[in-house]
Amino acid sequence: MIHTGIGNIGHFLVILALISALITSYSFYQVGFGKDGERWKVFAKATFYLHAGAILGVVVTLYLIISNHYFEYHYAYNYTSAILPVYYQISSFWNGQEGSFLLWMFWNTILGIILMNTNKNWLGPMMFVFSVTQVFLVSMILGAVFGDIKIGSSPFLLLRDVINDPIFKINPEFVPEDGRGLNPLLQNYWMVIHPPTLFLGFATTVIPFAYAVAGLLTGRLKEWIRPALPWAQFSAAVLGVGILMGAYWAYETLNFGGYWNWDPVENAIYVPWLILVAGIHTMIAYKKSGAALKASFIMILSAYVLIVYSTFLTRSGILGNSSVHSFTDLGLSGQLLIYLLVFLGLSIGLCVWRWKEIPTSEKELSAYSREFWIFIGATTLAMMGFQVIIPTSIPVWNEIIDIFGGNSNLAPPADQVEFYTKFQLYFAIVVAFLSGTGQFFWWDKIDRKSLKNNITPPIIISLVISTVIFSVAKITDPLYIVLLVVSIYSIVANLKILSGLVRKNFSLSGGSIAHIGIAMMLIGILFSSGYSKILSKNNTGLLWSKEFPDEVNQDNLLLFLNEPRQMADYSMVYKGIRKLTKDYGFVDVNAVSSTDGPLRLIFGKKTTTTDNKTFLPGDTTEVVNMENSYFEVEYAKLDGQQFTLFPRIQINETMDMIVYSPDINRTLRADLYTHVRTIPDPDQETTWTELKELKVAPGDTFYINDYVAEFKEMVTLTEVEGVKLEPGDLAIQAEIIIQGEYQNYPAKPIYVIKNNMAGKVPYIVNDLGAKLTIESILPEENSFVFGLSTTQKDWIIIEAVEKPWINILWTGTLLLVFGFSVAIKRRYSDFKKMRDKDME
Amino acid sequence: MKKTHIIGIVVIAIAIGVIMTTAGDASAYVAFEDAQEMAESGNANKIHVVGKLPKSTEGEIYGIQKSPDMMSFSFQMVDENNRVEQVFHPNPMPTDFLRSEQVVVIGSYQNNRFVADKILLKCPSKYQEEGIKT
Repeated sequence: MIHTGIGNIGHFLVILALISALITSYSFYQVGFGKDGERWKVFAKATFYLHAGAILGVVVTLYLIISNHYFEYHYAYNYTSAILPVYYQISSFWNGQEGSFLLWMFWNTILGIILMNTNKNWLGPMMFVFSVTQVFLVSMILGAVFGDIKIGSSPFLLLRDVINDPIFKINPEFVPEDGRGLNPLLQNYWMVIHPPTLFLGFATTVIPFAYAVAGLLTGRLKEWIRPALPWAQFSAAVLGVGILMGAYWAYETLNFGGYWNWDPVENAIYVPWLILVAGIHTMIAYKKSGAALKASFIMILSAYVLIVYSTFLTRSGILGNSSVHSFTDLGLSGQLLIYLLVFLGLSIGLCVWRWKEIPTSEKELSAYSREFWIFIGATTLAMMGFQVIIPTSIPVWNEIIDIFGGNSNLAPPADQVEFYTKFQLYFAIVVAFLSGTGQFFWWDKIDRKSLKNNITPPIIISLVISTVIFSVAKITDPLYIVLLVVSIYSIVANLKILSGLVRKNFSLSGGSIAHIGIAMMLIGILFSSGYSKILSKNNTGLLWSKEFPDEVNQDNLLLFLNEPRQMADYSMVYKGIRKLTKDYGFVDVNAVSSTDGPLRLIFGKKTTTTDNKTFLPGDTTEVVNMENSYFEVEYAKLDGQQFTLFPRIQINETMDMIVYSPDINRTLRADLYTHVRTIPDPDQETTWTELKELKVAPGDTFYINDYVAEFKEMVTLTEVEGVKLEPGDLAIQAEIIIQGEYQNYPAKPIYVIKNNMAGKVPYIVNDLGAKLTIESILPEENSFVFGLSTTQKDWIIIEAVEKPWINILWTGTLLLVFGFSVAIKRRYSDFKKMRDKDME
Repeated sequence: MKKTHIIGIVVIAIAIGVIMTTAGDASAYVAFEDAQEMAESGNANKIHVVGKLPKSTEGEIYGIQKSPDMMSFSFQMVDENNRVEQVFHPNPMPTDFLRSEQVVVIGSYQNNRFVADKILLKCPSKYQEEGIKT
C-alpha cells in the first residue's frame, strides 16, 4: 500500500515553513525598521516559533518515512534499506541533498530561537536578515513546479513520480520490497556526527553576517561587532571541527592514504573558514583600537557569501568535471545562483552605500602596534584563501568565459595535492611566525627594546628544540625546516604569554591556547603528510605485474595466505577473511556454512572468534553488515610487540560498489595505516592444476601442496549428502589431517559406488589451495589412490603507510577548540554585560 | 608612503602571482587527438579528457577488461569528438564506475596508450535514473 498521507503532510509542512519564514522576515523587518516595532515583536517571535515547528515537522516526517521503510518514497528507496540500524537511518537522512538542506535549516531554527531570546536592541534588524536566509533555504526543498520553472527539490516525492520504470505502468501501487541502501562510504560513525557538526558550522556563519548587515542597515556601524564576535568565534570553532571530522572520516574510510586531498569540495569549505578566522582577527583589532572596521565588514560578509558560494559549487553540478566526489545535480543550479547573487549583491550594495560613513582610524599604523600585526595576520589568512579559491573556481571561470562567447578549456591542476601544498606551505610559515610574534604586541605596549627582550628567549628556545628535532628526525627539506622552526617558535612564544596570563586572568588566554593549537596542527601535518612513509616496499625483486606503473609495483606487498613476509621492522601474515559479528568480534569466514536472512550467519564448523567465543556447527550469530569482509593481517614487530589489523572490503551489489577501507594501528608516535589494494576476483573461476595421483595407505604420511598430511583411516559411511544409498551401494570417506602453518585442517574426500558406478566427492581446503579426491581403491595393496590438484592460495595486495606524529595534529585541533571556547566565553559575557545595561 | 600602501602593493603582487601560477599550473580539457599530439611533441603534461563509456544497443557497457588480479583495468572511452580510445587505469575500478553517465580521465599518453592516473565520475541526475533493481 502506498502511504500518500505522510508525504502530503510533509509537503504541507514545507509550504507552511516557507510561508512562515516569509511572514517572519516581514514582521522582523517591522520590528527593526517599522514605526510600530514594539507591537510587531510578539507576532514576529510567534511566527518564528511556528516556522521552527514546521521545520521540525518536516524533519520528523522525513525521518518517519525512513524509519518505517516506506520505500514507495524515493528518498527512502534511494538512500536506505530495511536492515539499516538506527544510527545509519539517521545518517541516511542527510545522504540526499534535500536532507542536508533540512539539517542546515533545522540548525537555523534552533539558533534563531537562541538569538531571539538573547537579543534586545538587535532583535528586529538581525532576525530580519536571518529569516530572509531561511526563506532561501526552505525554497530549496519546496518542490513546486510552475510551467517550466522548478523551485526546489522535495524530499517527499514518490518513487513512481521520479523513476521511470515500466512496472509503474502495470501496477502504479507497486512498492519495492527493499531500498537501495545507504552508500557504503557513508556507513561510518563519523558520518553520523560529521554532517550535523559541519552544517551547524554552516548555519552559524549567518549570525555574524546578519549582525553585520543589520549594522549596515541601521547605521550602527560599530556596535554590531560586540554581539557578532562570540558567534563568529563559535562558528569558526564548529566549522573547523566539522571540517576536521570530515578529514578524519576520509582518513578512516577512503583509501587515498591521507586526510586531506585538496578536492574542490574540501577547498570550498576551507576558504570560508579562513576568511571567517581572518574576520575574527580584524574584529578583535577593532575592539582593541578602532582600526580595521572596514576590513571586518568585508571579511564577515565575504565569509557568509563564500559559504553560499561553496553550496553553489558543490550542489549545482558545476564541479562535475573537476571533483572526485560525484554530485547528483538536482536542477537547482539556477536557484542556487540567485541565492548567491542576491547575497553577494546585498553585501556589496550595502558596503558601497555606507562606505564613507564607516569610521576609520586616522593614525598611521605603527609596526610596533598590535593592530598592525593582526592586520597582517588577517591579510595572510585572506591571501591563503584567495590562493585556494582561484584555482578551485576554474570551472566557474570557464562558464563565465562561455557566457561571453569565449571558449576556455582550462582544467584544475592535474596534481592538486602537490599544487596547493606548494603554496599553502609558504602561507603556513607566515601564519606560524605571526601567531607567535603577534602575541607579544598583543599584551604589552611595546617598543623596540622591550620587543627584543621579550622575543629573544623564545627564539633561542625554539631554535634549540628544533635543532634537536631535525637532527633526530633527519629533516632536510629547507622549507620543512623553516616551518618546523616557526611552528615551535609559535608554541614557545604563546606558552610564554600563556604562563603569564594563567596567573593573571585565565579568561583572556583563549587566543594563546588557540594559537598553540594551530602551531601543533602545522607540526602534525608537516610530519604526518610530509614524512608519511610507505612501509610496504616491494623488496622481493619481483614485479606484481608488468602492466603496472613503477609506483604500484614498488609500493605494494603481495601477501599469500599464512605466508609470513618481512616489511620494514615488521613481520606480517595474512590470516584470512573474517566477518564482523555484532557481539563477539571477528569470525573466520571458512567456518560459516550459510546465512539466514540478511544479518545472520550459520556455522558449519567449530570456530572461536577474536573475542574468544566458541561457536559449534549449527550455531548462528548476527553480523554488523553482511556486505563487509575483513582481512586479518597479523603484525609482529622485531621487539615482540604484536597487533592485528582488519582492513575492510565492502561489496555492495545493488550499487555496484566495491569499497576498500583501511585499518589503523594507533600508537603515540605514529599511525600504521594499512589498506588492501586488491584481492582475487571473486567472480573468476578457480583454476586447478592437473590432477596428480598419490598412492597412500592408512597411517601413511604424505605431502599436499608442501604441507605434511596424515592419512588416518578410511571409514564407511551410511549416508552421503545428496546421494540416496541403496543396499549394495558403498560409500567411504578418507580421514586426512593436514598440518597448516597455524592450524590443522581436516580433509574428507568421499568415494561412492552406486549401481556399480563410481562417484567422487572432492574435498577442498581453501586455506591451503588444495582439492582432494579418492580416485580408486587398491584392495590387494590395502591402499588408496588420492587425486590432488592445487590452486593459487588466497592472497591480498596491501599498502601500508606510516604516518608519524599524526596525533599532534589531532591534539592541536582539540587545543584550538578549547582556545576558542575560552575566547567565546569571554566575548559573550562582554556582550551580555552591555546588553543588560540596555546598550545593545 | 604609508605602510598600508606598501601592504596593499604586496597583496596585489601576491594576488597577481596567484592568478598567474593558477593559469600556468592549470591543466586543460582536451580531446584524445590533441592529447596524442601533445605527447608526440614531447609535452608530458597531464590533461583532462571528458567522455562517455560506449554502450551496446541493449545498454550494456562494453570494452572493459579487468586484469586477473583486479589491480588495474582498462576500458574504452568515447571522447567528445567521438573518437574511441582504450584507456588504462593502474588502479582498481572506482566505485560507481559502471553507473557513471560521464567520465573524466586525467592523465597522458604513455607509449601510445592513454594512462589515466585519476578518473572522475559524473553520476546520472536522479531524475534521469531509470529502472528499479529489486
